[in-house]
Formats: sequence, C-alpha cells, structure tokens
Amino acid sequence: MRKPKSAYPYWFVLPGAVIFTVLFLAPTVASFWFAFTRWDLYSAQFIGLDNFVQFFKEPFLVQGLWNTLIYAFLTSGTKSIFGLLLAVLLTSGIWAQGFLRTVVFFPVLVSTIGIGITFAALMHPTKGLINVGLDQIGIAGPGWLTSASLALYSIAFVDLWKGVGLATLIYIAGLSAISPDYYEAARIDGATRLQQFWRVTVPLVRPATVTVLTLSLIGGLRSFDLIWAMTKGGPGFSSDVLASVVYKQYQSGFYGLSTAGNVILFVLIAIIIVPMTYLFSRREVHQ
Amino acid sequence: MNRMIFGAFAGVGLLLAPTANAATLTVLVDSNTESVNAMQALTEAYSQAHPDVTFDLETRPGGSEGDNIIKTRLAIGEMADIFNYNAGSLFLNLKPIQTLADLSDLPSQSTIKPVFKPGVTSVDGKVRGVPFGAARGGGIFYNKKIYADIGLQVPVTWQQFMENNKKIKEAGFVPVVQTYGTSWTSQVLFLGDFFNIQAKQPDFAKLYTENKAKYATDPVAFRSFEKLEEIAKADYLNKDYGAATIDDGLRMIADAKGAHYPMLSHGIRALLKDDPKAAESIGYFAVPGDDDEHNGLTAWLPPALYVPAASPNLEAAKQFVDWAASVNGCETMIKAIGASGPYMIDGCALPTNLPSPVADMIPYFQTEGRTAPALEFLSPVKGPALEQITVEIGSGIKTAKQGAALYDADVGKQAKQLGLPNW
Repeated sequence: MRKPKSAYPYWFVLPGAVIFTVLFLAPTVASFWFAFTRWDLYSAQFIGLDNFVQFFKEPFLVQGLWNTLIYAFLTSGTKSIFGLLLAVLLTSGIWAQGFLRTVVFFPVLVSTIGIGITFAALMHPTKGLINVGLDQIGIAGPGWLTSASLALYSIAFVDLWKGVGLATLIYIAGLSAISPDYYEAARIDGATRLQQFWRVTVPLVRPATVTVLTLSLIGGLRSFDLIWAMTKGGPGFSSDVLASVVYKQYQSGFYGLSTAGNVILFVLIAIIIVPMTYLFSRREVHQ
Repeated sequence: MNRMIFGAFAGVGLLLAPTANAATLTVLVDSNTESVNAMQALTEAYSQAHPDVTFDLETRPGGSEGDNIIKTRLAIGEMADIFNYNAGSLFLNLKPIQTLADLSDLPSQSTIKPVFKPGVTSVDGKVRGVPFGAARGGGIFYNKKIYADIGLQVPVTWQQFMENNKKIKEAGFVPVVQTYGTSWTSQVLFLGDFFNIQAKQPDFAKLYTENKAKYATDPVAFRSFEKLEEIAKADYLNKDYGAATIDDGLRMIADAKGAHYPMLSHGIRALLKDDPKAAESIGYFAVPGDDDEHNGLTAWLPPALYVPAASPNLEAAKQFVDWAASVNGCETMIKAIGASGPYMIDGCALPTNLPSPVADMIPYFQTEGRTAPALEFLSPVKGPALEQITVEIGSGIKTAKQGAALYDADVGKQAKQLGLPNW
C-alpha cells in the first residue's frame, strides 16, 4: 500500500533538519570519534579503546559510576514515593490546599545553584543552621557534606526536596484523571481507605508513575549542577558522579577521556531508560 | 609593490616608535584581588606614559576553572592580548610552542632572574613569559602568640613539629588548621615538603619525569603523603576542616584559634588587606624534614604574563609585558600590592617594612641551598587529581599508601596526554 502523501513539501523540514544536524547530530557523531582519541583540542591521535580502558581502570572513575547509579535510583525512587503521597494529601481537599500546592512546587522554580549554595551553608559542619540547631538539643550533628559516607546522601536529600514538587504536580494531574466512580465502587464493596489507595490509586496513576520515574531517573543519571554547587564531588572523590568526573577530566585537559566518559554516560542512560520505557508502555497497552 | 609601501610605513613607524603602537589591549587576569590590583596599577601607569595605549581588563576564576578557560580560549584563538597564568608544568600544558609568542628577545629578559626562566621556557628553548608578582614559599603560618604562651620553638624537624602540636592541643588550641572547603589548599603541605625530598634525593625530579621514581615506592617521597596522614590520624585538625575556606584558615591563625596553617606565603596578602595588624601575630616557617641537617623552603615561582601568538596587537602587547617585567614595572607593583616575597627582577629592591611572615621567609631565599623550586617547576608532570587525593588522605578517607598509588596512576595519565617518552 502506498503511504499517503504528506500535506507538506519536503523542504518544510529543511530548517529544522539543518539545526538538528549542525547542533545535535554532528556533535554526537563527532563525540563518538573523539572518544577513541587522545585529543588536545589541536590534534587528535587515534588510540582505540584506551580511553575506555583507562576509565574503567581508575578507582575514582568507577566510584563515580556507582555513585551515579545510587544517586539516580535513590532520588527517582524517593521522588515518586513522596510525590505520590503528597499528591494524595493535596487532592484530599485539606485546608489551604491551593497554597500548600504552591509551597510544595516552589523549590522547583528556584535556581539549582542557589539551592546548592544555600544548603551547603545550612549543612556547614560547625556554623550551619542544621548542626547549630542539633547542638542546641544536645546532639552532635555529623558533617553532612564533609563526611565521605554521608555527602552523596545529603545531596540526594536536597535533590528530593527540590524535585518532589514536580513529581507531585504530575501525580496531581494523574490522580485527577482517575474517575471517582472507581472509588465509589470500592467504597460500596467495603474497601478501607488504605485498600482504596493500594488497589485503585496506585494501579491507576501508573502513567504518572512512569513519567515521574523516567524523568527523574534521567535527571538523576546526568545530575551535575546541584552536586557541583554543594561539594564539587568532594570530599575527595566521595560524591563524584559521572557528569562531575567528565567535567573534571575536561578541566584537566583530558578531552578524549572526558568525551569517552560522556559516551559511557550516554550508553548507560540508554541501557536503563530504553528497556524501561519499552516495558512500561507495553504493559499500558495490555491494561 | 604592496610590500614596499608596507616597508616604508614600517620605517616611519620605527622613527615614531612611541606612537606607532596605538592600540587597545585586552587583558585577562585571574580574579584574585592582588592580581587584579597589580594589573590595574601596571596598566594605569603604562597608559599614563603611553596615552595612545589603552587597556580593557577582564577577570577569570582561578584553579581548574581558570585552566579550562585559558586552554579553551587559546585553542579557539579568542585569548586576550595579555594574560597571566602559572609558570612550570601548567605552562607546558598550554602547548606553548603553538599558542604563545616568543618573548626571548625582550630587553627586560636581561634583568629577569635566571631561576625564573626555565619555568616559562618551552621545549624548543624559547622563553615565552615574564614574571608577574613575587616568588612564594610553600610553608606553614604559625601564631606567634600561641608559641610564646606555651613556650615553643620554631620546629626544624618533623618530630619537633609533632611534639609542638601535642603541646598545643593540650593547651586547648587547634594544632593544625586545614581548609578543604577551598580544596586546592589541601595540597600545600604535600607540595611544600618537596625541599625535603630534593635534599635527600637531588635527582628525584628527573627520575620522576622519566617514570623511574614513584611516590608509592620511593620511601623519601612517600613521606610527603605520610605527613598529611599523620596529622589527620593524630586528630590535630580544626573541627570544620572539611568545609572551612582559605579565608577562614587565615582568620583562625590571626585570631589565635589555630596554631599552624600550611599555606602558600602569598595567601597572607588577602588577610593583611582587611586587617594590616594581623601580620604582627603571624610567623612563617618551612615544612620540616625528618632530620635537622637540611632545613629549607619549597619555593613557588610567580605566575607569568604571556602574549598569545595569534594576538592582533602582538607588538604593542610585547612592549607592555616588557615594561611590566622591568625594574620600573616591578616598583609599580610593589607600590600597589606590597611584597609577599622576593621579586624576580634584578635591581628591584624590597621595601624595608615587610610584614612579619614575609620577613620570616626572606632569609630562606637569601641563603644558598635553603630553597628548592616546587616539583611543578622541575617536571612537566603533575597529576590533576592531586587536590582530591590530598583531601582524602588529609581527612582519613584513604591511607597514605592508597593515595600515593592513586596519585602515581593520575600522574601517568597526565604524562601520556603530554606525550612524554617512557610512559
């Protein structure tokens, strides 16, 4: 069967295609090439897989890879859980609902760097408000950002605080799309509030869950600005993620190596996100 | 024909030399207050003497952020006509032969101290920079009042230093201030220990560049990492060492909250600007070695002024940096920012009323064999992850052994990128 002829001539595509090719396609293809070279911005020498070998050989680069995964799954998981709970609360018709929705969403609007600097000050080990407050009630607060075992989780917490508003908003939209008939039917059958939540709400907000998980997972995997503003990957390498490692390699003049890091990040995101969206969207069709 | 006309103009130009180079020169300087003030003083004085030359000053961040800007702008040909940047291994990373103008023939080269030139000489033997500012020491600031109150002597050996620390802690002060919030400061103790390596092993820099000496396996060099570990293990650090910044650190020494602060000597200028009296309570000594036979200071060459080879105002820019490196230029700088160490220009005398920590440092420079240039001025190899590694050792996240091995790997990466033989 012949495809129906498009209503628009081909040259309509041209401006978009040019922009896409010059600004997106060409750099992407070029980066795949430079990832296989030792590159100093003037000349590039082909060195095969050396950059990738180097990347996986260095303990702090590998640690950065792990941190990326921990950070991404931690933030996207908590964002969807807290986002759903907040959305349920904020659609239940509680007092000052509109105002509270604004409050929850507000951090999304604030500059990430601003948030990072503010929380870095709040989490200062001796002068920060958090530890000064804890001190008042007799607790010696830890070094939120200066302890190697805690820094990454402190940043993840701030990321949750900043990002949960967007997740909540998506969930609110998802919840209002659920027909009240289901809840009525459940109530008639004698379902408790908890049962309604588990049996009606959770399955039916699935599209919203998929959106929240996908968006925040991608955001988490390539997260950079918040981490850079708060710890620059420190102390030492303990809160380094792929994006900050790539940036540091770039700063040090290892252009080939940092490009290889970007390719690894690209592949990593694709490996995680492509099957995930495939899986979720297929299930949706079956529903 | 065209060439002849050009030649004729050039001839006229030579006759009218002072007015021939009318230009607006762009200058990129690091945002450190001292650098900005010095550069402002230099450009203003120069413009007064040469009214047809004006300047357009622009600042950039320091540290690796600054490295990034310099390298990228040089690579894409958008560098300012004049910029300041480190001498030594960082200079060699700029691909100087391709990117920087040859300054070997400037008249001022004859009065620049010979010790400075290797730090700005590319592998083809051409000098491509002139000094900008004073030499620095990599040693330890100490609070003289705490020392006097407890009755301590300035330590000459590491053992004496650690004994002092013990007494300082018992007296209720912080023995060693560290400021990993400004992460580059974590390297100072390690890098400042190089005099002690050099004293015991004069050819270390050469072997190290040739990939024949390693920090993890050379017991003398390994001590530099170990000293950092010892301080962290002994719990001699200020409580907020992980978040404190360089300003906090200097403040703690000035206010007698902390006794020692390993820091490059020019750090003091920032403090003195706000509080000139602070100098009286602060002294300076070199990082002590393991025996009292050798005691000396690791010295940092000042940064240099460079002119990119692609500058459209090449001649005018060269004339300016030539003047900046003259005795006259040096005196202009001293008038603007004082002296935090000896200048690299013959005939440029230091003022007599030096602040106390600087006065403590000068004798090292005046005695033969009591200073050694830092390793980054003797070898092109410096691992870029050093500051993270020293933060980890200095906070007890990694042992000195683990850190040294990691640093050796980091150095190897850099050597390969530079294309050095034997790596």
